[in-house]
Amino acid sequence: MTASFDPPLEHAPASRLNGRTAFIVAMLAILALLPVYTTLTGDSFVMTLFSRVLILAIGAVSLNLIMGYGGMVSFGHAAYLGIGGYAVGILAKEGIGSGFVQWPVAIAVSALYALVVGALSLRTRGVYFIMITLAFAQMIYYVVIGLERYGGDDGLTIYQRSRFGGFIDLNNKTVFYYLCFVLLMASIYLVSRLVNSRFGLVIRGTRSNERRMRAIGFPTFRYKLVCFVIAGALCGLAGALLANHTSFISPALMHWTRSGDLIVMVVLGGLGSLFGPLIGTVAFLLLEEALSRVTEYPDMILGPVLLLVAIYLHGGIEGLLQWRRHD
Amino acid sequence: MLYFIEQCLNGVQLGMLLFLLAAGLTLVFGIMDLVNLAHGSLYMLGAYFAATFAILTGSFVAALVLAVSASLLAGMVLEIVAVRRLYGRNHLDHVLGTFGLLLFFNELVRLIWGPAGMTLPLPQQMLSGVEIIPGIYYPVYRLVIIFATVAVAALLYLVVMRTRIGMLIRAGAANREMVAALGVNINLLYTLVFGLGAALAGFAGVMQAPILTVQIGMGENILILAFVVIIIGGIGSIRGAFVASLIVGLIDTLGRAFLPDMLHLALSTNAAATLGPALSSMSIYVLMAAVLIFRPEGLFPAASR
Repeated sequence: MTASFDPPLEHAPASRLNGRTAFIVAMLAILALLPVYTTLTGDSFVMTLFSRVLILAIGAVSLNLIMGYGGMVSFGHAAYLGIGGYAVGILAKEGIGSGFVQWPVAIAVSALYALVVGALSLRTRGVYFIMITLAFAQMIYYVVIGLERYGGDDGLTIYQRSRFGGFIDLNNKTVFYYLCFVLLMASIYLVSRLVNSRFGLVIRGTRSNERRMRAIGFPTFRYKLVCFVIAGALCGLAGALLANHTSFISPALMHWTRSGDLIVMVVLGGLGSLFGPLIGTVAFLLLEEALSRVTEYPDMILGPVLLLVAIYLHGGIEGLLQWRRHD
Repeated sequence: MLYFIEQCLNGVQLGMLLFLLAAGLTLVFGIMDLVNLAHGSLYMLGAYFAATFAILTGSFVAALVLAVSASLLAGMVLEIVAVRRLYGRNHLDHVLGTFGLLLFFNELVRLIWGPAGMTLPLPQQMLSGVEIIPGIYYPVYRLVIIFATVAVAALLYLVVMRTRIGMLIRAGAANREMVAALGVNINLLYTLVFGLGAALAGFAGVMQAPILTVQIGMGENILILAFVVIIIGGIGSIRGAFVASLIVGLIDTLGRAFLPDMLHLALSTNAAATLGPALSSMSIYVLMAAVLIFRPEGLFPAASR
């Protein structure tokens, strides 16, 4: 099944001026200037919301790397958000407040978990892979619920954000916002370099036809596993950011429906496109926010929207933007 | 020892409930090649239907019959209105679409029945314990669950293996195009299979309703257990689902009951108290990982794929 969805292979971002590029540039400009708006109007809610957007977009970018480019539909991606978050939370509770320790640990533990889960689940494909990643994420979810010392089901409040020895003050909302923004841009850059490298070509080739890639001599399992681990590490970083954003972590962070949300963000934005995950995250969180303001039952509308996206909107929003050019 | 037997019975009971869910999932996957995340919603709907009909009719049996019929109907309508459009698409589209359905159903239930859960009271004689072997008392209702689910499993076996419609279902799982080419109304068959899966899930929900609170999202965590069951059993295989359900039910129940105590023997009280709950909930996933290492296709891989 991995070969059955094939977004167009994307080349290095073209400098051609078309609707899609203009849209992305405009979106990035708005995101970059958002703190200015906040400072002028004093409306800090928007910046809190968009910090969350940026963080979850890192998670979506990471999921897009394996799902969009690698064809590995992981339904357990929220586990990394949880692992990254709990790495920060647990270390903070044990008195280690330095971000120089917390964040590398968050990334390393996520990468390790990805290595184990990937080594087991990449032996299978298709629907097995979906269900197995889901099941392992659920396992971590229950393990965290069992950690009584760290709040169990009720979650854990983080009393102090990660400290970076005076270089970066995460308590300053604007600083935190720009840190998220820079890290998101760095993730997108990382993914663009990765997928256009030889490594990325092997990964994308594997998505199209794994048997053929193996036949010409590539150990596809190892390539996929490395890709899976990179994505896990990146999403672990998003988890560390998320814990600092909310100053609170709970198992709900890694409930399997959160993994579903991440899949929705990627597909909604555009599978296998560089900026698709960001577009999708913005669209999804804004839609959620807007719906919860107009109705008491937002999912009554959101659910059918997702169904319609699944049935009709193949390339996501990114694909819609490209549409005209292909005609 | 008494406690052990009691826990074994609880494990069998959980296993049989998982089988009812897993059978529907695996049938729908085997025949329509559809990953259905909304399967747990049908289980939830079954429980809500039962609670509602029990209030209206005042009879548990009437509520059971009505709720299962309503689940069957709900499943068939769902198939015709929405699910049908996802056939032949890739699994990612299935995940996205049925995830949307799951959100929709949770919200629909909240709209109709409100955010508070419901309970389904049982007749008095169901609540008491019965002496199954000398010295062991077991709640009557839990025995009823075991017998009823075994009976339904047997019925399912007869329908699939011994009737004409079952033959078509098996043929559909083996080769869809051929069945359609032979003039069978494949759309109707799909609707029926989906309805059957929904009725099984609904039945599981009804049986669980009296011992759990009927609440929103009740189908979500058990759905993942059902996924684990069909991964272990082999996707598309009903026999595999049956065996794996019992294994998962027993291991999960016994693990929760005994693992913390066993840890106490090996570790300090403090460490055991911390690790116990965490480790016992991991047990079935460890089993799943072990099965994957040795049999990536599950214990009973379906012959056709």
